[in-house]
Amino acid sequence: MTTIDTNTTDAENTPPVDPNAVSITINGRTVAARKGELIIAAADRADEYIPRFCYHPRMSSVGMCRQCLVEVEGPRGPMMVVSCMTPVADGQIVRTDTPQVKRAHEGMIELLLANHPLDCPVCDKGGECPLQDQAFSHGAGESRFVEEKRHYEKPIPISDLVLLDRERCILCDRCTRFADEVAGDPLIIFTQRGNNTQVMTFPDEPFASYFSGNTVQICPVGALTATPYRFKARPWDLEQRESTCTSCSVGCRTVVQSSRDELLRFQGVDSDPVNWGWLCDRGRFNFQSTNSEDRLVTPQVKSGDSFTTVTWSEALDTVARTVRHARPGSVALIGGARGTNEDAFMWAKVADALGVTMRDAQLDDGLPASIYSYAQATIDSTCAGGTVIVVAPDLKEELPVLFLRLRDAAEKKRVRIIEVSSHQTGLTKYAWRSVQAEPGTSAAALAALLSESAVATQIQSGAVTIVAGRGNLAESANHVMAAVDAVIGAVPSATVLPALRRGNVRGALSVGLAPSDGNDTAAILEAAANGKVDCLILLGADPLSDVADADLARRGIAGAKFVVAVDTFLSPSAAHADIVLPAAAYGEKDGTTMNLEGRVTNVVQKITPRGTSRADWMIAAELLSVLGHDSSVSTLADVQRDMAKAIPGFGATTTAVAVKRDGVVVSVPVAAHSNVVTSAPPRNSYEFRLNVSRKLYDRAISTLTSPALENLAPGAQVLVNPLDLDRVGAPEGGNVRVSNNNSSLVLPVHSSPSVPRGVALVPFNQPGADIRELIRRSDSVVDVRIESI
Amino acid sequence: MSGGTWKHAPGFYEGDRPRIVTSRFEYEDSFTLERYLATDGYKGLRTALGRPATDVHDEVKNATVLGRGGAGFPAGNKWGLTPQGVWPRYLVVNGDESEPGTYKDRLLMERDPHQLIEGCLIASYAAGLSQCFLYIRGEMALAQERVAAALNEAYAAGYVGKNILGSKFSLDIVLHWGAGAYVVGEETALIESLEGNRGMPRLKPPYFPAAIGLYGQPTIVNNVETLANLPWLLQNGAPAYTAIGTATSPGTRMVAVSGHVNRPGVFEIINGTTTFRDLLYGDEFCQGIRNGNDLKAFVPGGGSAPWFTPDQLDLPFEASQVGPAGSMLGSGAIMVMDSTTDIPRAALTLTRFYAHESCGKCTPCREGGTWLERILSRVVDGKGTDADLDQLFEVGESICPGAFPHASNEKLGLAAVPFPYRMNTICFVGPSAYAPVHSALTLFRSEFEARITKRKLISVTAVGQ
Amino acid sequence: MARLSEDNIRLAREIIGRYPKPRSATIPLLHLAQEQDGFVTNEAMSHIGELVGATSAEVYGTASFYEMFKFEPVGKFLINICGTMSCALLGAEELMHHAEGRLGIKMGSTTADGKITLERAECQAACTEAPCLQVNYRYRYRVTPQDLDALIDDLSSGALDAEIPAHGTVATVRQSIPADRGVGAVDPDDVTEGPAWLDGKAAL
Repeated sequence: MTTIDTNTTDAENTPPVDPNAVSITINGRTVAARKGELIIAAADRADEYIPRFCYHPRMSSVGMCRQCLVEVEGPRGPMMVVSCMTPVADGQIVRTDTPQVKRAHEGMIELLLANHPLDCPVCDKGGECPLQDQAFSHGAGESRFVEEKRHYEKPIPISDLVLLDRERCILCDRCTRFADEVAGDPLIIFTQRGNNTQVMTFPDEPFASYFSGNTVQICPVGALTATPYRFKARPWDLEQRESTCTSCSVGCRTVVQSSRDELLRFQGVDSDPVNWGWLCDRGRFNFQSTNSEDRLVTPQVKSGDSFTTVTWSEALDTVARTVRHARPGSVALIGGARGTNEDAFMWAKVADALGVTMRDAQLDDGLPASIYSYAQATIDSTCAGGTVIVVAPDLKEELPVLFLRLRDAAEKKRVRIIEVSSHQTGLTKYAWRSVQAEPGTSAAALAALLSESAVATQIQSGAVTIVAGRGNLAESANHVMAAVDAVIGAVPSATVLPALRRGNVRGALSVGLAPSDGNDTAAILEAAANGKVDCLILLGADPLSDVADADLARRGIAGAKFVVAVDTFLSPSAAHADIVLPAAAYGEKDGTTMNLEGRVTNVVQKITPRGTSRADWMIAAELLSVLGHDSSVSTLADVQRDMAKAIPGFGATTTAVAVKRDGVVVSVPVAAHSNVVTSAPPRNSYEFRLNVSRKLYDRAISTLTSPALENLAPGAQVLVNPLDLDRVGAPEGGNVRVSNNNSSLVLPVHSSPSVPRGVALVPFNQPGADIRELIRRSDSVVDVRIESI
Repeated sequence: MSGGTWKHAPGFYEGDRPRIVTSRFEYEDSFTLERYLATDGYKGLRTALGRPATDVHDEVKNATVLGRGGAGFPAGNKWGLTPQGVWPRYLVVNGDESEPGTYKDRLLMERDPHQLIEGCLIASYAAGLSQCFLYIRGEMALAQERVAAALNEAYAAGYVGKNILGSKFSLDIVLHWGAGAYVVGEETALIESLEGNRGMPRLKPPYFPAAIGLYGQPTIVNNVETLANLPWLLQNGAPAYTAIGTATSPGTRMVAVSGHVNRPGVFEIINGTTTFRDLLYGDEFCQGIRNGNDLKAFVPGGGSAPWFTPDQLDLPFEASQVGPAGSMLGSGAIMVMDSTTDIPRAALTLTRFYAHESCGKCTPCREGGTWLERILSRVVDGKGTDADLDQLFEVGESICPGAFPHASNEKLGLAAVPFPYRMNTICFVGPSAYAPVHSALTLFRSEFEARITKRKLISVTAVGQ
Repeated sequence: MARLSEDNIRLAREIIGRYPKPRSATIPLLHLAQEQDGFVTNEAMSHIGELVGATSAEVYGTASFYEMFKFEPVGKFLINICGTMSCALLGAEELMHHAEGRLGIKMGSTTADGKITLERAECQAACTEAPCLQVNYRYRYRVTPQDLDALIDDLSSGALDAEIPAHGTVATVRQSIPADRGVGAVDPDDVTEGPAWLDGKAAL
């Protein structure tokens, strides 16, 4: 306890002086700013709007449109400067309201409109167009341009999803900058020069970026439009609510927009700790599946080979009857990672009420829940500095916006990435070290890497984060866990960012759907195959498509005596069910979700659920009631109240404010795993070791039922190193027989320098022959023969 | 005394004046290493390497070698702007000569490539630059060939490359060449182009190349003529250099005078003292206006410069006097218009040039330049209106706001507005499209009005013929 | 079939090796491609992208910025008549009209026999020798209509074939840095120290 000296009290109470704080004056008002900040950013915070087109706070400034000119007092009088390029300086005097500035703003608008077609009545952007809005607020109101305007063929498709109208374009460099700087896909560029400058792709090389939709969103005019939204609505007819995308587990913030009870568009929202405003195209455009004609709209029971529609009460009675008559311990529950925390929590309650021990939110395609037992990292902490060790799937394919964040951190030289994978990924070219290890050897490869002196020095230079996930579905998850343990062994302070992909997998595992005593999905399916499961409940889960061991999934579904599918579509597994309950889809229900960091944010209902479908948590609550359990739950708030009581850490998520925008990171204690033992048999040099990895676009039901995306999957194929293709003796694109003792199938073969020698890379769940027929989960790794036919 | 000229150096006239950079032009084989060595070649380099690098830098600073590319910033000071302790640093030689009216760097590259190479070596030694890129305009086939051949000779003879002259000084000089874009002459666009990109100027402030240039490293961009001065300077010393010209503009500089004069030519003149009258009318220079005509106007410093009229003939070639008079010396290019000149059409040729050469990066230049060209084109074709003449000023106001510098301020009862002008653009190309319009319309408005009131289609013939 | 030939790939690699970053070789390599084929083909741009580590689109973005690169065939001889100030003051427009009349084509087009392309050019840095023009970037000074006629005659007859290489070739002399003399390019990221000669002492 220090003695109080009354003379210094004031000084002690004054917060320490921030060495980066500067004070500037904007239009006579004093504004606090930080060193290095741009005038336009400081003005934004002070609500002094400066018009702009090219400036975007998440991209580097280019100062091209010149719309943001302001006057800054200089030694030789006021100087006109672009506020998107000029940093603040202490004592700087900025004016945005002088006649000179007004004249400059009007002049720039007039010049930008000179060649703009002014076809606002038929332009999708009309009503939400920065050019239109700022011409109104900062323009002179008339144009004196009487010359012929520029003419181009329009619109031209620059990808499967995006169309370009070069006449409307004002050449702000936002889309091209995004493609180059943010996405790392510089496939759209400025071509020609001067007054003929235009945005274009290379002839016959489309803007095939997973992030192309962002360019449409940030285009300040109607030059870029996306096919799913073209001519669908006027902006003033759209209603919107802010939500969280659950297409994967990054948890990007979005606004969900609808008109006439139909979802029409998702737009990215800037959440500083998560997505910075960006979305991947799958997350942006797969809302179409919600509107699909193929949605399940009524409960149905199997009679013979077909389904018959029944009422909800008949359906729930049937389910209740089945589980009541089931032998003790013979009810199993798979899934829950596609819904909300509330959905998963209520189904966990059902499981608890029935004494179900067999439950798992994963489909044997992730990692043990013990991955959450390590010290956890956030996306921000991962990208803040130090070393990032990636032992995970291709993040560009599975967690695209996490890829953007890591790419940014590497490009800005904040972090160094060390990657261990079985093929070159989207991240490889940004990695400081990238090792392509044969499946089954990643832990050993990582241990060898860590013993290199340069790597050891790097590891010791700052924080270490491990991004851990299941990169290869033909390789046991133990190999990943062993690799994580190898790093933790070398760097005990390392933190883990679990890269499990399914939208709310972390939430479902955290609120009660984690397996216990080894009763995970593989064990459940094995038990079902052996006739030990009387009732199998599938919560938005499709083992027949997603479990890597196809034989196991088939035997399990066939062996279960009674299958209940709670789903939005009649998936292949649901088609085998005895009863199907239609669930409300994304956009049709409120709730919360948890992203891969453990961040809880809200998801919102924007439209009425299709047909009689309802939220999973409601179905669970009603089932409990039919079963005679008093769930004391009638509203979502009731569920959240119970969840906050039952799940440690969820207390912080109960207020509506807490789960908006940046949400709140929740830490739920999880048991650690015991030491994993891995081994991989040596590979016969005539064979290839299988690497089965996901692509962004596959046969996922939400992709297949979104017309904009359904044709984007690359298709089943096998990729080998160019030297190995010679060895196989097949022509590029020719068919080969891929076989092992389990099965044999025919796939087209392509060469790819991204694949190391001796490895066969096969994308997962693609249209075409199904590689899963060759995978047995009992095998630590899978080897195959490839023969020319 | 009208001075010598040689078929192998077209346009050049020697004169009875000190020659710093053109001393070998009289030799037909001036571009060979053999001739170069026979005429004191690489002696400046040897002198430089015999002294610590900082001494050499000081020598150049003391000589106040003004940049000859247009801005006129002293080279020695420019080298000093590189941030401490940041390596590597590069030298980029700006041989992208393309400002309308300018013709000197090409001659220096074609006629004396070793002198330029020696200059690069001295500059790199003095400023600690680890690699030199010699960027030659794409259309200059002969200059590229001569510099390539000279570099090959110099490498073989040990003047360039590893351990030059057996010393610890090593430097690669890489010949790089462009592909046709005026704006690449702007130093930040030159760097972009050298990085393999579209030659669009980078934003300033704060990225001056001396701090953040090629590959984000400190980079010195010097003009060909600037560097060509260094061998002589090192051999003869700063005092000998400053003994020529004036204190603020020492040495000589190369000037091209073209257009309606009796003897258009390129001259190495004494800096600071030679007047425009000397150049246009002097016997050893251009020998008067063609056909005995009167002088109507002249562009004093390349196509970007506001125009002068006969009132400014007695101004010396001295930036501190030409600037306040409302123009600039630029790149040493004077274009002369006699009394027969069709002024609106002359202005149009220049405006068209800058509109055509706009990189398209910033709005005022991309849209404004072309708009100016189209209005002016209509006026020249006799299809303009009074409103068009006002609109030219209005568009100009959006490109470079406020009072525009121009000659004859006093005569027109205007307050003097010194060069440079205020710009809404990233670089000078946009304002350069406006400069000729503004000068022509301010000084010769009646010629524009005549085009409008007469509403007569002017037959398409050469300007002023 | 317009990727760079084996010989040109060798040359390209040599050129790339001179720069600290391969992308810097883009423009020289585009010239090489144009020298090979007379214009820059899409295949060549993709190939250059592979060589310098850029997308085809980036190479195209760069190439299309510059006037000298042509994306479709032009004549064996490209005549660029300067039309900027000094040349315009001394008869450039008249010269262009004369050329158009003589060849029966407009500026910007190519004769039916594929021999000659006419273009209006901007300032060629020969202003004291106005009006001037270039044939495949070889200068002709103070050109009169009669000079132009004679030039076209010579180009048509093949009399200038030895002096003027076909369109695509600019300089006929290349820089070549002997392996034992070159310092070699270093990626700036790998440089941390200043040059050896900045030790406060004379280098010699």
